[in-house]
Amino acid sequence: MAVEAISTFNTPPQPRRHRVLEDERWLAFLLLVPTVVLLGLFIAYPFVRGILLSVTNSRVGVAGDFVGFANYYKIWNDSIFRTAVYNTFLYTAVTTVFKLGLGLWLALLLNRNFRGKAFTRAFVLLPFIIPTVLSTFAWRWMFDPTFSVINWTLYHLGLITGRINWLGDPDLAMISIIVVNIWRGVPFFAISLLAGLQTISPELNEAAAIDGAKPWQRFWHITWPLLLPVTMVVVLFSVIQTLADFQIVYVMTGGGPANATHLFATYAYQIGVGTGLLSEGAAISLAMFPVLLLIVVIQLLYIRRVETR
Amino acid sequence: MTKVTRRRFVQGSTTLAATGGMASILATRTAPAYAQASTVHWLRWNDFVPASDQLLRREMLPEGEKALGIKINFETVNGNDLQPRITAAIQSGSGPDLIMLFNNHPQLYGASLVDLSDIADQQGQTEGGYYPLVKSNSNDGSKWISMPWTIVGGMIAYRKSWFEEVGANTFPDTWEKYHEVGKKLKAKGRPIGQTLGHTFGDAPTFTYPFLWSWGGKEVDSSGKVAINTKESVESVKFMTAFWKDAHDEGGLAWDDTNNNRAFLSQTIAATLNGASIYIESLRNPDKYTTEKGAQLKTDIQHAALPKGPAGQFSMHTYFSHALPSYSKNQKAAKEFLKWVHSKPVYEKWFVSQKGFATPPASEWEKHKVWDEDPVMLPYKVAGRLGRTPGYEGPANAKAAEALSKYIITDMYAKAVQGMPPEEAVKWAEGELKKVYG
Repeated sequence: MAVEAISTFNTPPQPRRHRVLEDERWLAFLLLVPTVVLLGLFIAYPFVRGILLSVTNSRVGVAGDFVGFANYYKIWNDSIFRTAVYNTFLYTAVTTVFKLGLGLWLALLLNRNFRGKAFTRAFVLLPFIIPTVLSTFAWRWMFDPTFSVINWTLYHLGLITGRINWLGDPDLAMISIIVVNIWRGVPFFAISLLAGLQTISPELNEAAAIDGAKPWQRFWHITWPLLLPVTMVVVLFSVIQTLADFQIVYVMTGGGPANATHLFATYAYQIGVGTGLLSEGAAISLAMFPVLLLIVVIQLLYIRRVETR
Repeated sequence: MTKVTRRRFVQGSTTLAATGGMASILATRTAPAYAQASTVHWLRWNDFVPASDQLLRREMLPEGEKALGIKINFETVNGNDLQPRITAAIQSGSGPDLIMLFNNHPQLYGASLVDLSDIADQQGQTEGGYYPLVKSNSNDGSKWISMPWTIVGGMIAYRKSWFEEVGANTFPDTWEKYHEVGKKLKAKGRPIGQTLGHTFGDAPTFTYPFLWSWGGKEVDSSGKVAINTKESVESVKFMTAFWKDAHDEGGLAWDDTNNNRAFLSQTIAATLNGASIYIESLRNPDKYTTEKGAQLKTDIQHAALPKGPAGQFSMHTYFSHALPSYSKNQKAAKEFLKWVHSKPVYEKWFVSQKGFATPPASEWEKHKVWDEDPVMLPYKVAGRLGRTPGYEGPANAKAAEALSKYIITDMYAKAVQGMPPEEAVKWAEGELKKVYG
């Protein structure tokens, strides 16, 4: 004890810098600084700037004056904005349900043992890996009003007699973009849920099987409850991304025909960047923020409940 | 290996003084000639006559670089992307030095563009005077905010033999006659092709003149919204039936290129377009043939849009170049504009267009290009015939905003999708009031 005390006494005092780093609170702060700076620069600053822009009458090249909530009032009375709101929620709800259903199904299939498992798993990811704009262009060609390969196939199979106006009819155009979003999103669900499935011990299922549980019972009472936290996180990510989707609609329909397929993001882009009404564009894109916040809070609370159960 | 210190580097470079080495740079405090050369970044659309872009890139711009002692950074993008590009450039205060803009779009950015009156006034005088539509689009009433470049005339390209087969030996001169002919053509599986989508060219150049020819207009001469009239409703009613009876209904989702592809693959009998379809058929005469095996180019003719109760009108896609005030190379950009508009240079480009582009001033009507091919003749006077969006009011930023929002095109698109004509016009009135106040 005495020896230790002497040796400590003899150690030269540490530089101030080292002492600060020894303190965990300071160290944590320092380690967090890069992330905070990045988030501040690329998320917080544009967000605050967007809010400030939305309460002015700024347009491209003209700074504008403070106008309060005039832009929000204006978009509230805008029929195209209301269509965009409806479309965004319909698009998100329908695609999320399908992506979850198909993704889960695919994950359960991929979780089995079969020949070429690794190859199939990699192959399934393709739609997610290909740049969205590129794959959406291919889809646009498939839904082309004149040269659609889908129409060609259906016609030659004798299923249709005339052309189906995929992107020229408002309802069909909406269905077309929903199909593309599902096609692109299913691999993300499948791979994420597959990762979740692999954390579930096979012994649990085996034990249940020995006890006489049928496959559906095993899924519903064992797999699904254990997979739920992962599923909720995946759904949360997907909902956020789908609500803010831009690329698929921009490339496929540009929001048309006659604004029938606009989402928040594409309409904000058309008004803000296309027409140069920056403040109105900012108001349109910020209008989805409260909804998005609410969805995120509800889902996070639910995830916490599931995890602490 | 010898260690090069900063001192030694500066000393050593004195040997290069004659050719502009480091020491001479330090001594004269002037950058060497090659570093002084300005770079002019020129942003344009992907030309529908690709040969012209090739000519610029391979031949003309290297000559210009040599003549002006500048570097020219030539960039082409899809036409629909020009507006987003200029918005982003003006907001960030950096980007291309010269940006191509369509129609009255320069009016949207007037506050952020350099006054080009000195060049434009002189150029207009030299070329016999700009057409009125050029001034409405590029001049804000007191100064030139963009440099007039060209007009791409919108004419109907049609299949002569197919029209003759349904009894139309000449192109129908009224909308009613065109409707009747179109009905017969569609019954034979050869409809009229027309976009009602959000496109910069073929959609507005069809819908605006259509509205005018029925006596409809966005605003009156004082700038007050005047769309909700009997004439406008009549035009929408006519369009609804015309669309169903005579058009390829896929046109609601077309961009400016779809009708070219559809015409060249023989799925439509007529379409409003620049001359790019015909020019493509000239470029590849053996690739595009009729169902009877003849070269397609021999079966194409051009005609102006038919007339309605209030007359016959056109709106042609107009092109100009804007010089944003953020540009640090304004002097070089202006020199470049002067050079590219000088007669021998511009003529080279104009000839390569084979009549697709009509120059913005009357002197060019005398050019021999117009004598070479009678099929292209209607485009010669395109500049004389066009009206500008926002008629009967001034062609200002509000007219440009209404055009950018596709309000007139959407009015017709909504009606052909099933909205009652009165409601479609009322919707357009509401949208225009938001713009005009």
